[in-house]
Amino acid sequence: MSINLTLNGAAVRLDADPTTPLLYVLRNDLKLNGAKFGCGLGQCGACTVIVDGQPVFSCLMPLAALEGRRITTVEGLGTAAAPGPVQAAFEAEQAAQCGYCIAGMIMRSQALLERNNRPSEAELRAALSPNLCRCGTHMRILRAVRRAARAMGGGVRDPSEPVGPPRVRSDGRP
Amino acid sequence: MNAPLASRRGVLAGGGIIVAFALTRGAFGQGGGQGGAGGGSAKVAANLPGDLAKFPFLDSWIAVDGAGRVTVFTGKAELGQGIKTAFVQLAAEEMDVAPGAITLITADTARTPEEGITAGSHSMQDSGTAILNAAANVRLLLAGAAAKAWSLPADRVKTKDGAAHAPDGRRLSYGQLASALSLHVAAQPNVPLKAAADFRLIGRDWPRVDIPAKLAGGAAYVQDLRLPGMLHARVVRGPSYRTRLKPADLATIARAPGVVKIVRQGAFTAIIASEEWAAVKALRQMQAPGWLRSGPPLPGGDLHAALRALPSKPIPVFDFPGPAAPLGARTLSARFTRPYLMHGSIGPSCAVALWQAGAVTVWTHSQGVGPLKKSLTELLALTPDKVRCIHVEGAGCYGHNGADDAAADAALAARAVPGRPVRLQWMREQEHGWEPLGPAMTVDLQASLDASGKIAAWRYEAWSNEHSSRPYSAGGLLAGLEVAPAFKPQTPRPIPMPEGGASRNSNPLYAFHNATGTYHFIEEAPIRVSALRSLGAHMNILAMESFMDELALAAGTDPVAFRLAHLKDDRARAVITAAAQRFGWSARLRGGGGTGCGFAFARYKNLAAYCAVAMEAEVEHETGRIQVRRVSAAVDSGEAVNPDGIRNQIEGAIVQALSWTTQEETKFDALHRTSFDWSAYPIIRFEDVPDRVEVEVINRPGQPFLGTGEAGQGPAGAAIANAIADATGKRLRDMPLSPERVKAAMGV
Repeated sequence: MSINLTLNGAAVRLDADPTTPLLYVLRNDLKLNGAKFGCGLGQCGACTVIVDGQPVFSCLMPLAALEGRRITTVEGLGTAAAPGPVQAAFEAEQAAQCGYCIAGMIMRSQALLERNNRPSEAELRAALSPNLCRCGTHMRILRAVRRAARAMGGGVRDPSEPVGPPRVRSDGRP
Repeated sequence: MNAPLASRRGVLAGGGIIVAFALTRGAFGQGGGQGGAGGGSAKVAANLPGDLAKFPFLDSWIAVDGAGRVTVFTGKAELGQGIKTAFVQLAAEEMDVAPGAITLITADTARTPEEGITAGSHSMQDSGTAILNAAANVRLLLAGAAAKAWSLPADRVKTKDGAAHAPDGRRLSYGQLASALSLHVAAQPNVPLKAAADFRLIGRDWPRVDIPAKLAGGAAYVQDLRLPGMLHARVVRGPSYRTRLKPADLATIARAPGVVKIVRQGAFTAIIASEEWAAVKALRQMQAPGWLRSGPPLPGGDLHAALRALPSKPIPVFDFPGPAAPLGARTLSARFTRPYLMHGSIGPSCAVALWQAGAVTVWTHSQGVGPLKKSLTELLALTPDKVRCIHVEGAGCYGHNGADDAAADAALAARAVPGRPVRLQWMREQEHGWEPLGPAMTVDLQASLDASGKIAAWRYEAWSNEHSSRPYSAGGLLAGLEVAPAFKPQTPRPIPMPEGGASRNSNPLYAFHNATGTYHFIEEAPIRVSALRSLGAHMNILAMESFMDELALAAGTDPVAFRLAHLKDDRARAVITAAAQRFGWSARLRGGGGTGCGFAFARYKNLAAYCAVAMEAEVEHETGRIQVRRVSAAVDSGEAVNPDGIRNQIEGAIVQALSWTTQEETKFDALHRTSFDWSAYPIIRFEDVPDRVEVEVINRPGQPFLGTGEAGQGPAGAAIANAIADATGKRLRDMPLSPERVKAAMGV
């Protein structure tokens, strides 16, 4: 069975077992590293990608459900050399420790800010809530999303911490 | 240019060190079973700093090629703590090269010094110190070679930007100089190090070298390895330790599309498939018939009472002499408990193994490639030259999780398909079900207050299993207990003080007299346990710092003033004062009415980083929900190489400790572990993290590196315990300090 979909703006035709979750197709067939296997249960968000504007757990979504849909992964937002605004904000805040959860965090943040670039602090935290981080990088992730909201023309309305100067510049130099 | 190699070696090395070096190269690390401590090879040059004492030759640490490219080797591994960035800063600083000119090679048994396990917040002290001093040595040699070439006194040659410069403007690049210079010379002790005033990199918030790739989908983890011809595997086990699966229809499963092979050796079983999803589907079929318990039932009822009732051996852990408490002194006592905690890596353990010509290479996120190699050598009945373990990052591990076991699983599976790389990844329920847990603990404290409100006696007693079962032999690996014939399980061993395992940070840094501590070491472990970040320190600091607040309350003294009144160490006093000032402790909201403030302090292991944490929390009366409003912390990790890296670690420790302390508990019934996923083992989510966290780094230029990764968990856990007590007027002593327990204590 073959499936046609749009991945990071390009048309892709896939031939695979239609029960295969999108995550395995992204990682193994398309050789994309961003989405991570964390639980396979939709409990941790490490696999989060955007499908037709909505953040989804790619570990749960079978290939059969993706005909004609638009998928964005972290690779579609920018590169290490030319990061997108959310990626740049995570870099500026040094918002990673082990970083395994971070691509999922970025995708969920991107989906939020595309929908609403002026969320309240409570809306921000609720939006990120499906995603787990075990290193305890939450404070930096929140700072990064607040910074990204501003970079995308909005801003978190009642931030629990102010948006300060970046810890590092977006070109990676201190 | 004449190579001054022979004369320099004659001067610097001497025969003794060369002989010792050769012996070192052949020796295995002894640290495998020592758990939290760094371990690794034996010291052969005690006059050299850090792990240069174990590997004195400069080429163990640094290579410079003819193009001036610098390669730095470390036996320590990046675990998400930012160690790679700090090492690059150190080497680039002392060598006077750009950070981008440095390639850092981390833990690889074929290439790097065997520095034991990356644990115990040892990396900066052991490896960082070695790299700093090796870099200074190499810079000195390069400058010396230039001076010789120019017939100048050595002190007229300056180094900058990867080159030596003469006063008249002549320049020789490191590449030009290196081609005639051997670095197979022993480091000199006491080489001049750059003065702090001249630092370009040390002490600056240098951006983490690994973050850009992690933000953009670059290959960053062992999970991301895709070798040509790679197959996918899953290991097949029951739901948790001492269970086994009922037999499945192997013949049918073996014929399923994509399945390449079912590997069986004794009770070890793995499925190899061409597609990862096919391996997962086959695993589910293998699990479908159900499972049986294959060991004695797990303890029911009061877990802590059941553990304390097991045979134990009393081990004295500290004894500060002093006069007996005066008559009339008031004595308080309290019992604290911690349940089994999970490491809970977000990415399940994974490894890639490849057999070629009777030798195996394993890419692993193990914290100790050397001890793992030794264990695999025994498991696979190979000679050491046939096993290579290469560290590749995984998800954060926070101690001994499934990394080593998954590496053994991958090596055994891949043996069935020589020439084909095999990527084996655990499923979520396997990580939750099989990772060795952070041990449960009971701590009893008793103290007496004299008439002036000072502590006049202190008693500590703890009951716990070993705090490290890290593998140093095949019997330390799950697969080693499954193959036929099975290997003998490793014998549990307590980690001695001063670092300690269960007893870590049991010894007060406070200036107590008449203080004794005993650790009741329980050898029998009903549940598989091992090193969880900070080992016993999280529990011991929570207990001690909770009890200090109880004593301060009894003495009618402010908790911060009470601590300072018992503390002589100046650096300890400085972090306490800094955290209290930053927090505004003296002007804080007074407790009661649902809002309270808590303070706690510790020096990790009493010999590493100092950390103090102040916290304001709100407790919702109807639900018991705990919301931390703000946190101010101060940390002294010695000389700060990357202050933002230190802040990142302490912020993480605060949030992680909030989760451990208020939310987490591994559940089990008589037959198996029932915390099999994130719904059955919840951890902190975004709604429950603090509103604000700030961390002050107290930099101590010129002082030894003290490490940071485990400095904050104890103080942060104790600070929330104290904030809850301040907010509610009720002291909770049994973790998790959960909303349910808060409600029960308040009588809601």
